[in-house]
Amino acid sequence: MQELLVISGKGGTGKTSIVAALAALAEDKVLADCDVDAADLHLLLRPEVESVNEFYGSDKAVIDPGLCTGCGRCREVCRFGAVMEAKPEKENSEDDSGKLVFQVDSLECEGCGVCTLVCPAGAIAMQPNLAGYWYISATPYGPLVHAQLGLAEENSGKLVTKVRQEARRLAEENNARLIITDGPPGIGCPVISSLTGVTLALAVTEPTVAGRHDLERVVKLAGHFRVPVAVCINKYDLAPEKSREIEAYCYDAGLTIAGKIPFDADVARALVNGVPLMACSRGVAASAVQAMWDSLMVRLERMAKEQNGHS
Amino acid sequence: MASGKGGTGKTTIVTNLARALALAGKIPVQVLDCDVEEPNAHLFLKPVFHEEEEVTLPVPEVDNNRCTGCGRCSEVCAFHALAVAGGKVITFPEMCHGCGGCTIACPAGAISEKPHRIGVVARGQAGRIDFAHGKIDVGVPLAPPVIRVVKKLAFKERLTLIDAPPGTSCPVVAAVKDSDFCLLVTEPTPFGLNDLRLAVGMVRELGVPFAVVINRSTLGDLRVERYCQREGIPILLKIPFDKGYAATYARGDCLVEEYPEWVTPFIGLWQEIERLVSQRARAAGN
Repeated sequence: MQELLVISGKGGTGKTSIVAALAALAEDKVLADCDVDAADLHLLLRPEVESVNEFYGSDKAVIDPGLCTGCGRCREVCRFGAVMEAKPEKENSEDDSGKLVFQVDSLECEGCGVCTLVCPAGAIAMQPNLAGYWYISATPYGPLVHAQLGLAEENSGKLVTKVRQEARRLAEENNARLIITDGPPGIGCPVISSLTGVTLALAVTEPTVAGRHDLERVVKLAGHFRVPVAVCINKYDLAPEKSREIEAYCYDAGLTIAGKIPFDADVARALVNGVPLMACSRGVAASAVQAMWDSLMVRLERMAKEQNGHS
Repeated sequence: MASGKGGTGKTTIVTNLARALALAGKIPVQVLDCDVEEPNAHLFLKPVFHEEEEVTLPVPEVDNNRCTGCGRCSEVCAFHALAVAGGKVITFPEMCHGCGGCTIACPAGAISEKPHRIGVVARGQAGRIDFAHGKIDVGVPLAPPVIRVVKKLAFKERLTLIDAPPGTSCPVVAAVKDSDFCLLVTEPTPFGLNDLRLAVGMVRELGVPFAVVINRSTLGDLRVERYCQREGIPILLKIPFDKGYAATYARGDCLVEEYPEWVTPFIGLWQEIERLVSQRARAAGN
């Protein structure tokens, strides 16, 4: 089984539109949306959710105000500034006249548990934190594993790992040959979790200074984890000169350009109608995506052969 | 400046607002690019950097002469940054969050901490604009510690514009938290709307007042505007899609310089934000 991950470094270059278009072209595949912060693939694939599953992130420290003696040891050791003085519940409460207690800001708590190690009163416990949900859905284009991280939560990398595990399990169950994954923007924790061990990363860029700058960083990241990269220049004709610069960079870096997709109002139209491009257009962008998929298939088949040859 | 969805134009708004205010000579402006995974604001403001500082996390260093191999350190580590194999401790600095738990827990006092580089913060000057950005090293997963270092550079006495990373999770929270106001930049597509809803949830949770800017406002439909109306969210600026604007952005130039007619709308945007912030301050005072 192979995994094709679509990433970009820079956000908004067209990852999700391209994944949806490829979803309509590829056969025998499972789809995964690893942009767990701001998942959008479901808006184009119209999934029927088959299972909803809870995702627990790292535990969060909770201080029992009844046991807290207000010594402040927890605040001294917390390196994330997550321990603060609790607001007194009632101004004129009788039992604790002005007693100082502490509480944890769950937004800042990283779940390290150091406070529980030092609390002399045993007042701090680590509690499980429901940080989001992941779903298995049926779509007209095959099964989709997707997720939604809770607002302002951390551990997106851990949720990405869960989505990938489930996608792999589904692919094995269904004898699917390929997993196509919509990746998150950036090069941080969720991208690293999306990237490790995939067969091929398709880096979608745009012909702008920012697109190029971010492409270079994401290509370096893929190199760091020894993942081969193919490049897609989206909306390449909006700034032909910048596209040529990117092509020159790819040539120097030994990267294959899998496709160059022209600007086409059909892409925005497909988006507004909530369908994959291929389902509603035979325009210039759709043909370019088709050509890109053909070249990606050749590359994936070649890689599969090489892999079998080695094993 | 934040957005759920990437690529909606956060950097465009930050850089043009900064340039417009600088051009109008109104107030001293500072720009902090907190998208430390993929910082881009410098490509448009072209600052001259004069200072660079490494950002490090304190990671464990084990003194093998003292270590008894008891494994307490790996037991308490919530991030799997230490493991014991064959009576020896192996550390994985790239997993470490620098919490210091192992140092406290080690009964033999065998663990000390050494700085481990995760990125850099650079400061510079772009004309009259004070500039700083952070950059995590490629392969480093942890953006928030670098973001916090960038934010510490904020001057109290002047206007600071912060370019946040996309999304709604911990790096965004690190960038948006404690701001006086948050502009959410979106586009009028179903993706823009879906991610705007998430971003609105996030800023509401943080208690930061906010408004919306719609970029490429002519490429899509009216659902974002209707949503804002329903929710009572002010839309402070709309920038239509224009191939000329796109080309200006592609080259790394600023809209307000190429199209001076945009200076006034950006100044207007700033005045509107000022008005909303002071209104809120008055309301809080009452």
